[in-house]
Amino acid sequence: MSGQEQNHLILIVARAFASRLATAVFLVDPDGNAIYFNEAAERLLGRPFIEGHGMPAAIWSTQFAPQNERGEPIPLDELPLGIALGRRVPAHRGFEIRGLDGAIRSVAVTAFPLFAHTEEFVGAIAIFWDRAEET
Amino acid sequence: MRYGGNTSCIEVRLADGGLVILDAGTGIRALGLELLREHLSRIDLLLSHLHVDHLEGLGFFPPLWSPHTEMHIWGPSSPIRSLAERVETYFSPPLFPVHLSEMAARVEYHDAPEGEWFLGSARVYSQPILHPGPTVGYRIEADGRTLAYLTDHEPALASDVREAPPTWISGFSIAEGADLLVHDCQYTDEEYPERTGWGHSSLGQVAVLAERAGIGRLLLFHHDPMRTDEQLDEFGDQLSRLWGVDGDRCVVAREGMLIAV
Repeated sequence: MSGQEQNHLILIVARAFASRLATAVFLVDPDGNAIYFNEAAERLLGRPFIEGHGMPAAIWSTQFAPQNERGEPIPLDELPLGIALGRRVPAHRGFEIRGLDGAIRSVAVTAFPLFAHTEEFVGAIAIFWDRAEET
Repeated sequence: MRYGGNTSCIEVRLADGGLVILDAGTGIRALGLELLREHLSRIDLLLSHLHVDHLEGLGFFPPLWSPHTEMHIWGPSSPIRSLAERVETYFSPPLFPVHLSEMAARVEYHDAPEGEWFLGSARVYSQPILHPGPTVGYRIEADGRTLAYLTDHEPALASDVREAPPTWISGFSIAEGADLLVHDCQYTDEEYPERTGWGHSSLGQVAVLAERAGIGRLLLFHHDPMRTDEQLDEFGDQLSRLWGVDGDRCVVAREGMLIAV
């Protein structure tokens, strides 16, 4: 076979979809490693994708300091993307994050597990909404 | 008419005599007549997808009417219906007078695995590729040579074929380093913007993919049925120029063409 480890077509299409969206999208592989986030997500997270590529879940779930309304850290298994990864069900939640640019932002996040035709779990996708943009 | 008008079907002969057929367009009818003389006990048909131009010849494939034929049909999986159910949708009234189960041959269906598998002496690798509906590409390695089959493929819909990392380009791992790549080439670069999302490629996209994948030779396949022979001649010339190779490395597929991989 060829030497390249091809990404699953579902992830290729998801990345293409995300790359054309103005809404922030974060894409992870089945192990939770960040395999793509788009420009809108770069703005929210304060970190360019080229630096964040490959971040494991243990990093992205803590580096941006997600916290609830009482200011308490939210563990990975309670974050929408953590739920989509671990329990493989959709999840939605509002919380605050601190971008690497230092800005604290209130976001609403919806995450879905991604299954291919064979019901193979190929990763998960999270869509972020910056609540400051709500009118 | 020098290039012919049948729809997609390629006969692949392995050095050990094994037979693999790629797709069952109308070209499979004439192939079936020849195969009757060989009395093959097993035929493996690899379907890229189930659009009608890749399936419509199957009902007219004479070995299917022989009780001595053991036919294995491989194709893309679907989350909704089995491969057998989807193929049999076409082979049932009112679209076809006879149900596939009424044919004499013993037919077995297999979802093409995502990854590596074996057919006799050939190592086969299949992966989903970008085209509307479940579609796979095939890579066949045998006797130290590699054939890649990516018909009905639109890598540019999800990637910048020139700039994207190879792992993010649909079909790249199937094509990479192949001695012969059979690839969709339906549109000119001028036509493509009006047909984006239809599941096919333009000349320029194929040239870039061929170059980046480092293939040996390219066989332009799945012509738009409205093309004239002269237009297809020009396709070959233009793609050679875009790819920057001699014309003998970039050939336009025509009916009955024989290629030693």
